[in-house]
Amino acid sequence: MIKSLKLRFILIFVFLVVSIIYCLPNVVEPEGVWKKYLPSDKIHLGLDLKGGMHLLLELDMTKLMDNVVDRKLNSLKDAMISDGVRFLGIDKKGGSIVVTVRGDQKEKLFNLVGNKFPNLKAGSTKPDGDLLSVDLLLPETELASIKENAVNQALETIRNRIDQFGVSEPVIVKQGDNQLLVQLPGVKDPQRALELIGRTAQLEFKLVDEDASSRGDTAALPREDEVLNMRSKNRETGIVTTAPIVLKKQALLTGELLTDARVNVGGRDIGSEISVSIEFDAEGARLFDKVTAENVGKRLAIVLDNTVYSAPQIRERISGGKAQITGGFSVEEAKDLAIVLRAGALPAPVKVVQNITIGPTLGQDSINKGVLATLLAGILVIIFMIVYYRFSGVIANVALVLNLVYLLGVFSAFKATMTLPGIAGIALTIGMGVDSNVLIFERIREELRLGKTVRAAVDGGYAKAWVAIFDSHITTLITAAVLFIFGTGPIKGFAITLIFGMIINLFTAVFGSKSIFDWILSKYKPRTLSI
Amino acid sequence: MMELIKDTKIDFIGFRKKAFIISAILVLIGIFAFVMISLGKANLSIDFTGGTNVQVRFAQKVDIGDLRKALTDGGIGDVQIQEVSGTRDFFIKTKLSDTEKESLQSKITAILSTQLKDVKFEILGSNMVGPGVGKTLKKYAIIAIVLALLGIIAYIAWRFTFLSGIAATIATFHDVIVICGVFYFLNKEFNLLIITALLTIAGYSLQDTVVVFDRIRENSAKMKSRDDFGDVINVSINEVLSRTIVTGISTLISLGAIMVFGGEVLFDFAFALFMGLIVGTYSSIFVASPILYAWRKAPR
Repeated sequence: MIKSLKLRFILIFVFLVVSIIYCLPNVVEPEGVWKKYLPSDKIHLGLDLKGGMHLLLELDMTKLMDNVVDRKLNSLKDAMISDGVRFLGIDKKGGSIVVTVRGDQKEKLFNLVGNKFPNLKAGSTKPDGDLLSVDLLLPETELASIKENAVNQALETIRNRIDQFGVSEPVIVKQGDNQLLVQLPGVKDPQRALELIGRTAQLEFKLVDEDASSRGDTAALPREDEVLNMRSKNRETGIVTTAPIVLKKQALLTGELLTDARVNVGGRDIGSEISVSIEFDAEGARLFDKVTAENVGKRLAIVLDNTVYSAPQIRERISGGKAQITGGFSVEEAKDLAIVLRAGALPAPVKVVQNITIGPTLGQDSINKGVLATLLAGILVIIFMIVYYRFSGVIANVALVLNLVYLLGVFSAFKATMTLPGIAGIALTIGMGVDSNVLIFERIREELRLGKTVRAAVDGGYAKAWVAIFDSHITTLITAAVLFIFGTGPIKGFAITLIFGMIINLFTAVFGSKSIFDWILSKYKPRTLSI
Repeated sequence: MMELIKDTKIDFIGFRKKAFIISAILVLIGIFAFVMISLGKANLSIDFTGGTNVQVRFAQKVDIGDLRKALTDGGIGDVQIQEVSGTRDFFIKTKLSDTEKESLQSKITAILSTQLKDVKFEILGSNMVGPGVGKTLKKYAIIAIVLALLGIIAYIAWRFTFLSGIAATIATFHDVIVICGVFYFLNKEFNLLIITALLTIAGYSLQDTVVVFDRIRENSAKMKSRDDFGDVINVSINEVLSRTIVTGISTLISLGAIMVFGGEVLFDFAFALFMGLIVGTYSSIFVASPILYAWRKAPR
């Protein structure tokens, strides 16, 4: 304890001024010159108070692995064809690729894999009659890094989408191995935001298999075909209907090669359709040119997340790498589609595992009730302290108010987030601050009963109560720290208030009120104490 | 000087056998509740079970039966509906979660606007937790509780004695278990906030125990022989009794204010703390201290 009373008051005062300066932006907006030098951060309100959306997304790892193996399979197939490896079959089995070859092709296949696919590992080789079936798989380390990259890519993509959607102070972080936590404070249209974030946005261009489509018999499809739903929207009623359409499975072009996507609001013609125009990069433009040149007269389906949006006929070869997507969009839908296409596709579909939406009304309700309850609790305690401890109670209340101002100052300075449990945490902190003073005052009373002088009783009371106060605050601090580390959302908010509160309590309950006592005792030298 | 109590000389240690029986009954009830909670046969929030909880506010009075009928007709049959007393708010809780096609919130919105045509309403908020999230949460909750307790035992063992650490921990467990029992039998919902409350109760109970132990530590130093230990405990508890009561009253006042004005969400939280305060005070006097006494007395 610092001996000099002056020094102690200076310390208390400096802390007080700093706290008030940090608290100020919550009350008044700094202007002019002040704006430059004073802090301007307000206490951040948590989602439960401000309203907004809290999403926990999980990346579908099975689907991701499926995609990865599919892609590997396709490039291996192409490489075998171009290198002249004769194979009788290539298929996917779980996470591995099974290639069936004659015995004499085995060496050629292994050479190819060794040279061009260093990250494929040859597994077991089983004789199958006079054929061999060779297992090729991705090693564990490779899989792990694919997964990690995918999560990072998803995070980046979602951040891009949200930035373009326009939400202030979004939180987007990785959680665990395959989850992403997204918080959007104050978002106005949660449903739209969810659709924007959760959409995989895998854009593909596939040819329509006219023969199979016209046969109308989807049961006996060739192996390289698939059936997807094509959506169409009645422009007058806005009702969306879907109809099956047969496509070639192979995607001729994907959204990965896009450089830009924009909304076209139809121009001057009344009733002209809203569309999203896309632009490919050089590689994409070359491919698009080639695809359109080779397939004039056929229909090219534009597929987004396995739904066909339109399937226009290719009338002529298209160079320049520009295309348009139509599908009866509203302006908003078109805008969102352009955003997701620009931001890129997610590496795999995401599943929403948690979705907390808090409307602004509920948030405001909670603020009002929480603040009212806390204020009332505070006032009642202040009255109680004065009734029970008289003048000493007033001193304790000064310490209490000091405590509250410090706490708010620290909250503003550390840009901590205030939540409803956080407000409860403040109430608890006040409770513990009162307890410290009660402990001290009861001790002082005991000392007075023993017939000690006022000075000796105050000193003795503080000295003896300090140990209990310190120990009880440290145990609470331990609990709060553990809660902070392992808690999520609301619990974290509660823990952080408690941590700040305990530290400040230790300072004010003892440092603050003791200094006031010391000052009064040395100045007025009273013979009795109002306690 | 205003004093609620003065110079008490209550023989707390003498009550220990009766207190033991009371505690044993309370703890048994609590353990039963705890087992039921672990088996999922309690009023668990969707944080643990998965599902969706939607809070709706209607512009005019709506009968809970009509609301239930509307939802059942709309295809959501398995719902729990809770009316927030004194308001036109309802909590609609279901085991269902969002599908890929639409979120449950928009489904409920659609159902309510078609089934209850003339009633205006606003979705205040919704909380959807997919299955599986609860498990992680439970795991973290258990890790947090175990770590917090270990940290506290270590600290108290260091500041006091190892036995004190154990006694304080037993008392803390006692309180948390008893409050679990109270909440189970009142059919209150166990949610994240209640878990927070339970941990806060643990913190409060410890604080109370530490204050008593601190006095026992201080008075033990003056003790002449080991046989006086019961007296030392009694004297210590009596000495801190006025502090216990005064702090208790002031904390109960503030918790009472939160219960009355804090709204539905904070009510359960404050109620848990309110009960915890009472049980925590009881346990530091009638559980932690007698354990310390019994241990010292035991022949070794």
